[in-house]
Amino acid sequence: MSRVVRAGGVSVRWEPRAALVCGLVALVAAGAAVLVVGSGEFPVSPADVVRSIIGQGDQATGFIVRTLRLPRAVTGLLAGLALGMSGAIFQSMSRNPLGSPDLIGFTTGSATGALLQILVFGGGAVAITASSVAGAFLTAAAVYLVAYRRGGGVHGVRLVLIGVAAAAMLEAANSYLITRAELREAYEAAFWLTGSLNGRGWAQATPLAVALAVLVPAALLLARPLGMGEMGDDAARALGVPVQRTRALLMVVGVGLVAAATAAAGPVPFVALAAPQLARRLTRSPGAQLLSAGLTGAALLACGDLISLHLPVAMPVGVVTGVLGGAYLAWLLLTAGRRAA
Amino acid sequence: MLSLARRTPRTPPAKEAAAPPVRRPAARWAGLAALAVLLLLAAAASLAVGAEHVPIGKVAPAVFTPDGSRDALIVHDLRLPRTLLGLGVGVALGLAGAVMQALTRNPLAEPGLLGVNGGAALAVVIVIGAFRADDVLVYVWAAFLGAAGAAVLVHTIGARGRGGTSPARLVLAGAAVNAVFSALTAGLMLLSPRAFNGFRFWQVGTLAGRDAAVFVRVLPFIAAGTVLALLLARPLNALGLGDEAGRALGAHPGRTRALGALAVVLLCGAATAAVGPITFLGLAVPYAVRALVGPDQRWVLPYSLLLAPVVLLAADVAGRAVAAPGELQTGIVTAFLGAPLFMLIVRRGRTREL
Repeated sequence: MSRVVRAGGVSVRWEPRAALVCGLVALVAAGAAVLVVGSGEFPVSPADVVRSIIGQGDQATGFIVRTLRLPRAVTGLLAGLALGMSGAIFQSMSRNPLGSPDLIGFTTGSATGALLQILVFGGGAVAITASSVAGAFLTAAAVYLVAYRRGGGVHGVRLVLIGVAAAAMLEAANSYLITRAELREAYEAAFWLTGSLNGRGWAQATPLAVALAVLVPAALLLARPLGMGEMGDDAARALGVPVQRTRALLMVVGVGLVAAATAAAGPVPFVALAAPQLARRLTRSPGAQLLSAGLTGAALLACGDLISLHLPVAMPVGVVTGVLGGAYLAWLLLTAGRRAA
Repeated sequence: MLSLARRTPRTPPAKEAAAPPVRRPAARWAGLAALAVLLLLAAAASLAVGAEHVPIGKVAPAVFTPDGSRDALIVHDLRLPRTLLGLGVGVALGLAGAVMQALTRNPLAEPGLLGVNGGAALAVVIVIGAFRADDVLVYVWAAFLGAAGAAVLVHTIGARGRGGTSPARLVLAGAAVNAVFSALTAGLMLLSPRAFNGFRFWQVGTLAGRDAAVFVRVLPFIAAGTVLALLLARPLNALGLGDEAGRALGAHPGRTRALGALAVVLLCGAATAAVGPITFLGLAVPYAVRALVGPDQRWVLPYSLLLAPVVLLAADVAGRAVAAPGELQTGIVTAFLGAPLFMLIVRRGRTREL
């Protein structure tokens, strides 16, 4: 249900349920992040965490919270936000819930770029981010080019299947890079490749925040034409949406979001797939809900990180999201099969 | 949403067979013989090519009458087991792919993509990590369990819904199951750097560094799976007509499926336990073979049996030659050859055939 608020010449359409869900999901994300900051060898109570973040409390706790643990939680929240939003963009564009960047190889390609930089060229944080972005863009361009057919455009299922093959190929390349490295480097790279928030400092969180400050507003601005694109190209064109240009711009923003998240947290699997689907079911509203999908992604990644911190053995967050997300994808396939095949 | 199979192909099937498949039995027998010769050549190349140069004239004596010299050691103790393993694993994966594609009537079916190899890999990692097992026979049994579990799981997920299993949904179910398995495998691998060092070479799928004992251990399972698969050629042909028509002709679809699945699990489990997960070989070879000889399983299976080890050995030799003095692991070469072919099949929209 949507309501329209008019004030003078400006009218804003808003949906009470969606707004409520967004608020609640954001609360969950923030709560999980606070608990993440409080977890570790030196536990900090949630109240002390909040006190330290706003600059009160004793100095030792302040150091642990602000310098050591907060960047990890912030990286998790921002990466989740980016993954959720890009998932919503690509799923909406391919009109297929499976057309999400982690399934069709974009995150894998981004990881290949970063791995090349880490293991072969030995560049620093900026270089890693740059080659991660380049890897994501090259993969996206290749997958779309191969899936494109003159006359037919990019068919949803064809795109997904070709993306799955590209992901398999890039995974082979990643494994190869890992076998070529020294054991210690390879171990670290494998940890990163699973999707991990361990040891993230402000050096990772700050560039991610800067990138999102540009990309998130851009994505939200493009969200309206995106919703029309879902009704089909002709309907959108009839409503005055420049379809090709919007699509190209959205591609760029979506791939940028994936690449920024991957550079900071590694290729965390399945957040991009699951977040938009969950958000859509929670808000019960059709179309691409970029904001709710992004917030859901942040909540998912923060909760996954919290779980990974409390497992009996230390596991990177990617293992948690991989297992949960894979099970979710299986469930998605099962129910989709039951409704209509 | 997942309806690739129900789309009508762009060109009618009759037109697609631009180069008419070889139909005459004599030509088919000749093709089979030619493949056998190719296989011998590939095996010879695998023995003769490597990081260390061995004079070509010394290769044959080193295989049959090793004299303890350095060249003989390299050829007899390192390259011979590797070549034999390549033969066995190639046969296993080629046949497994052909049987799987026939059973599911799905040209995209492939043990690597459908999670069977992933399940086997996870099971092997579990027994290594949790039970500190280092016996290949234990790996093999674990791989069987993992492969069987994954096959059942993927098929259950993929086969739900009206109208049975669509090729696209089966692949996606495989991607889902693979993702869970590979996340778990990665998590277990990361528990100990020492174990990780072994796994990172195993998980790319490589023929390197396996001694003759590995081949001896998996050989009985591959042999049993091969015999079973070849015996199924006729029932699989009947299955290709559809369950109704097949039953009318006196076939037992249920029994054929169960035996076929058993053969696939035997072949994939043994191959994965021996060399690690290798993707796309089981996809590419039967596809090429059907283009060559048509859909008759009595020819598809033997052709796949001979062509797959040729491709695997060639990929292995190429990997050694391209990246010398190091090497490009076999699984990586097959992925880079097979994935583009998979994309081509999808682009052509030929997921309806079979």
